[in-house]
Amino acid sequence: MFAAEFIGPAIQQSFIKLSPRIMWRNPVMFTVEIGTLIMLLVTIYSFTVNDATVGRFGYNLVVFAVLFVTLLFANFAEALAEARGKAQADSLRKTREETPAKKINAVGEIFTDEIQVVASSMLRKGDIFYCETGDIIPMDGEIIEGLATIDESAITGESAPVIREAGGDKSSVTGGTKVLSDHIKVRVTTEPGESFLDKMIALVEGASRQKTPNEIALTILLASFTLIFIIVCVTLKPFADYANTTITIAAYISLFVCLIPTTIGGLLSAIGIAGMDRALRANVITKSGKAVETAGDLDTLLLDKTGTITIGNRKATGFWPAGNVNEKQFIEACVLASLADETPEGKSIIELADTRGFKKPSLQKDKVHFVEFTAETRSSGIDMEGLHIRKGAFDAIRQKVEKAGNKIPVETMNKTKEIAADGGTPLVVSSNDTALGVIELQDIIKPGIQERFERLRKMGVKTVMVTGDNPLTAKFIANKAGVDDFIAEAKPEDKMNYIKKEQSGGKLVAMMGDGTNDAPALAQADVGVAMNSGTQAAKEAGNMVDLDNDPTKLIEIVEIGKQLLITRGTITTFSIANDVAKYFAIVPALFITSIPALQALNIMNLKSPESAILSAVIFNAIIIPLLIPLSLRGVQYKPIGASALLRRNLLVYGLGGIIAPFIGIKLIDMLLGLWL
Amino acid sequence: MKRYILPSLKLTVVFIIVTAVIYPVLIAAVGKLTPGQGRGETITVNGKVIGYANVGQKFAEDKYFWGRPSAVDYNAAGSAGSNKGPSNPDYLKIVQDRIDSFLVHNPGVKKEQIPAELVTASGSGLDPDLSPAAAKVQVKRIAATRHIDEAKILALVEQQTVKPLLGFMGPEKVNVLKLNVALDEMK
Amino acid sequence: MNTELTGVIVMFLLSVLLAIPLGKYIAKVFAGEKTLLDFMHPLERFIYRLCGIDPNRKMNWKEFLAAMLTINLVWFVYAFFMLIFQDKLPLNPDGNAGQTPDLAFNTAISFLVNCNLQHYSGESGLTYLTQLLVVTFLQFVSAATGIAALVALFNGLKEKTTNNLGNFWSIFVKATTRVLLPLSFVMGVILAFNGTPASFDGKDTITTLQGDTVNVSRGPAAGMIAIKQLGTNGGGWFGVNSAHPLENPNYFTNIIETIAILLIPMALIFALGYYIKRKKLAYVIFGAMTLLFIIFCSINIYFETKGNPALDKMGIAQDIGSMEGKEIRLGSAATAFWSIATTSTSNGSVNGMHDSLTPVSGGVAMLDMMINALYGGVGVGLLNYFIFIIIAVFISGLMVGRTPEFMGHKVEAREVKIAALITLLSTFLIKAGTAFAAYMLVHHPDVGWAVKPGAWLNNPGYHGFSEMLYEFTSANANNGSGFEGLGDNNVFWNVTTGIVLILGRYLPIIGPLAIVGLLANKKYIPQSSGTLRTDSMTFGVMTLAVIIIITALSYFPPLALGPLAEYFSMK
Repeated sequence: MFAAEFIGPAIQQSFIKLSPRIMWRNPVMFTVEIGTLIMLLVTIYSFTVNDATVGRFGYNLVVFAVLFVTLLFANFAEALAEARGKAQADSLRKTREETPAKKINAVGEIFTDEIQVVASSMLRKGDIFYCETGDIIPMDGEIIEGLATIDESAITGESAPVIREAGGDKSSVTGGTKVLSDHIKVRVTTEPGESFLDKMIALVEGASRQKTPNEIALTILLASFTLIFIIVCVTLKPFADYANTTITIAAYISLFVCLIPTTIGGLLSAIGIAGMDRALRANVITKSGKAVETAGDLDTLLLDKTGTITIGNRKATGFWPAGNVNEKQFIEACVLASLADETPEGKSIIELADTRGFKKPSLQKDKVHFVEFTAETRSSGIDMEGLHIRKGAFDAIRQKVEKAGNKIPVETMNKTKEIAADGGTPLVVSSNDTALGVIELQDIIKPGIQERFERLRKMGVKTVMVTGDNPLTAKFIANKAGVDDFIAEAKPEDKMNYIKKEQSGGKLVAMMGDGTNDAPALAQADVGVAMNSGTQAAKEAGNMVDLDNDPTKLIEIVEIGKQLLITRGTITTFSIANDVAKYFAIVPALFITSIPALQALNIMNLKSPESAILSAVIFNAIIIPLLIPLSLRGVQYKPIGASALLRRNLLVYGLGGIIAPFIGIKLIDMLLGLWL
Repeated sequence: MKRYILPSLKLTVVFIIVTAVIYPVLIAAVGKLTPGQGRGETITVNGKVIGYANVGQKFAEDKYFWGRPSAVDYNAAGSAGSNKGPSNPDYLKIVQDRIDSFLVHNPGVKKEQIPAELVTASGSGLDPDLSPAAAKVQVKRIAATRHIDEAKILALVEQQTVKPLLGFMGPEKVNVLKLNVALDEMK
Repeated sequence: MNTELTGVIVMFLLSVLLAIPLGKYIAKVFAGEKTLLDFMHPLERFIYRLCGIDPNRKMNWKEFLAAMLTINLVWFVYAFFMLIFQDKLPLNPDGNAGQTPDLAFNTAISFLVNCNLQHYSGESGLTYLTQLLVVTFLQFVSAATGIAALVALFNGLKEKTTNNLGNFWSIFVKATTRVLLPLSFVMGVILAFNGTPASFDGKDTITTLQGDTVNVSRGPAAGMIAIKQLGTNGGGWFGVNSAHPLENPNYFTNIIETIAILLIPMALIFALGYYIKRKKLAYVIFGAMTLLFIIFCSINIYFETKGNPALDKMGIAQDIGSMEGKEIRLGSAATAFWSIATTSTSNGSVNGMHDSLTPVSGGVAMLDMMINALYGGVGVGLLNYFIFIIIAVFISGLMVGRTPEFMGHKVEAREVKIAALITLLSTFLIKAGTAFAAYMLVHHPDVGWAVKPGAWLNNPGYHGFSEMLYEFTSANANNGSGFEGLGDNNVFWNVTTGIVLILGRYLPIIGPLAIVGLLANKKYIPQSSGTLRTDSMTFGVMTLAVIIIITALSYFPPLALGPLAEYFSMK
């Protein structure tokens, strides 16, 4: 956390950030800065003029130094968080620094393309470049022509190559990734410096960092606490006059700085940056801090069944021939029926047959006729040499079979029901209008997914499975995986409608998507996470981009959001609770000479008024760096229910915040006693 | 704003009549049915009203039980407490003077026997009561002044002592005026 | 001693036992359900017709506040001139003088805002006419205003999403006809039967047993005393308020009056539960308030029954506690209990002199008013507590990792801003006021006001400081009790506390209603298991913690310089 590479620049930044122009954005620390400035003037004054009412020069100097250090500590926290975030982003960006790009220029009236090698930074939005095997893709873009296998490990850490092709939902390529085979033409989709990563880096660096709604509300609360303590300190002057007590300016400013919530004030922006940083570490690029914060509030997650809840697509898991059909004959028919079926299901049938020793037969193209799937027939298959093999849903095949005067065998009928009851999909195969048997397709639920949904449920987040399956199958899988609701036979607009329905009930909805037709729903969702492999439209519509293309990432994002809020809340509580002890240190110290009875309030038994005040100010300063690790790491979120969590945090940070400074101030006082 | 002025004015008039005219007149009417006809309960000796049962009177003569010190000297035209703070040195001196004066008037009474309520001013300045202890500590003086047996006066105090409400709520008390009237009637 | 304690326990238990059914009744009244007093309906209809009011017209929070503030302004103007010219008006049997403009300003505001800080003594400062037509009238309508504001809050919380906070006029009228008038009548009669004057006769002159001639002030007091207690007004008929033997003749009336202080404020909390159908929320709020209330009572009863340590040093017997400024028939325990009941509820009536309380008790009474939300004034107490709830919701929402929400509505920057400002306001008013007074006292002791600053204080040192602090605390809380030794009938105190009174009354009504108006306008968010339940004990404790911490942090220095310094220096 405190790696040396970050410390140097962070320290430098701590001083740069002292500029009031930067400082005033943080009202709490800004008032500390004003106090420090006044202390500086007092120190100079007490050096030049011997005036008892402003206190000794040495003492003033020490107070000034401690205040100054307090400011630096607060700035350091922010600078360190920025440095870490930037480092993370930089390591991602490094992959895409100056690479040669093969830019295609259209030449002449006939479009004879000319390839010109330029630096990647020369590419502009709309330019087209060419990549072939072994090339590093110079810029984010969209494939307009061709298909290629690409190694995206530089971005995602995932070593398995992926296929990207023009058209469809997998047309996006990311700068810095490497083409492993084939060649593609790519159109640049972003201006240099405007990629998502660039935007993220800008967010972290503070240039375009905007306060999130909760941060604004908290800043208001902290500012009002600061105002309360301004009132406390200003009115103390006439009170002290009444009590015939002289209070030095150093004491006033010390009291004030101790009381205002400097701990949270100093750490607030660091916490926010660390939240985005944690998202980045999870390989999620956020387009705003607000999105991370919103993630913590999510009520509903829309998850695609395929790839999120189940592994890949449905797969064929069994061949069940009818009683009078032998298995070999049946499987051969199944393979034939699936030859032209390019759906994952169709392919899985061939794969399953392959494991049973059935190779793809080679057929003469002119002798066979492939029957495509249509909505009308709801079956597909092959016609060849007097054979009409069909594969389709039970109802579709039954209709066909019964029309021809045949009957579906009883075993096939029963098996069909059995498969459906198990959440599988039965596909009946017929040959010349005679049912041969049924193929079983099953979804395979990802291991450990139930536990994750259970965790979400404890967090109060509802999970919704989106699937193209029929309601029965969908329900079965939903139950098995433990999701709360499902959308069956989902069309793209169904997602949109579901999101709108949930939102009109006041809920915050997140979804993940990749396709262009997901874009409207991604935009509608409160948190829309686009997969990096998705289309540009999807990426533009969402407010986060997941570099890993991992649909379960939503769960992590929710926790990161919650952690962000919790860290702010607990440190605020801690900071305010600290004031109790500081009062007990400073108030007796201020009045003890004129009101000896107030010695009774000096329950820490601090040595002298000067030592008491110094101890409080020093404690106030060093608590900031002590809490930097916690701020950057974040307070852990435990899904134990809101009330239990509140009790726990109230006990640890509330009660702890009351007790800790008593111990800390006493210790510092004892240490100071060695010198004073 | 304008839309609300007229209803405001009318409602004000109506409410003055309801709450400040009808209501108190109703209560006053019911008050006529009470023992003191709503004027406060009085005590009569020989056909002459000598005071209100609930309003304390000043007793300075040794032959009477003294009430508590009063910040208004028992002038019931007004009412007031001393409003002295517990640490006020002037106040503490006044209390000390009262103690000394009491000891002079009550020979034989020891300082630790003096109940604090006898040397501290009441809240209203019109406190009509004494605690039994504050009455009893004066018995010796009155017995000596009136030449009556101490025990008989003590018995009178016991007799005049009002027990806590329903026996379990609030303090015991003795009404000074009634006690003194009873004292005068003793012979 | 023990009977004094049992008396206090009985008062407390009876208050709670009566408040529960009353709360249910109040909820029914404003929900428009059938109640026992429906025979009032024709009277109300008559009033609406007479005043040209449509009782069913819906009002949003801005319209509601506009109506409320308009009628309050009318009352102020009316009261101010009545007080100035009271000597020229009838029903002045004792021939009392008119009030000076600054005193009339202070008095009019003070009763208008349900505070009843009295910089005069009732026997000589008012006439029977102003006692009734100004004081009693304002005691009714200011309490009804408080109830109306609270019912508006209820309305905002009741619906998932709404603009409508109810009709101010109709709520206001019903609060009087269905709640305040009937209760006051019953209590007034009880008081009259226990010896409190109710007739219009003037001062009586009698010759005492010892032969002195004295006057005895009287008047139609019973009815006014009833509403003074029930409406958390607190301004007494007589100068010393309920310490006066005619205002509070015996222990039984003391029980009745103490219950009357607590009754409606407590009942309104239960009413919240019944009205918005979240009984558990009401119990949690009640529980949190009661916990602190009982702690405060215990402290004060302990210190008051223990007696003044300075008198102990003189070697006299303090068997029945510290009796300076207290009455024998009431005893120190009941007075200590009253001191907390009256400061908790922003009532401000007293049955013993607070100036003479032992230091810690006086400090706790101030602390209680600084919080001003343990049951609180009629209506406004719960509004104050609502502000604390908003802040507690915000901080605890963050602590459980969710954007804070209260009853299904997100609490965001605007609401936090208003809540923070209201919290800030009381700190500012109390401390700035006290600081200003201390400044005048130290630096300009000889200004030619009716009472010179140098002569303000009736007690020196820390206790004197407490007198000033108490006065501004009481004004800000709209409480009305005082450390009455303070020489406060002069321009400085009349004007400064007058301003504090206005701000301390209206902003804490406007703020919560604005918040609830904004909240009710937002989309309703259904509860999930990630939502922090505001009707849980945990949240009750959280709210308490917020109250204690904010109050302690805001007021520790002045409390240390006043009551605590006095306490430790007497030890």
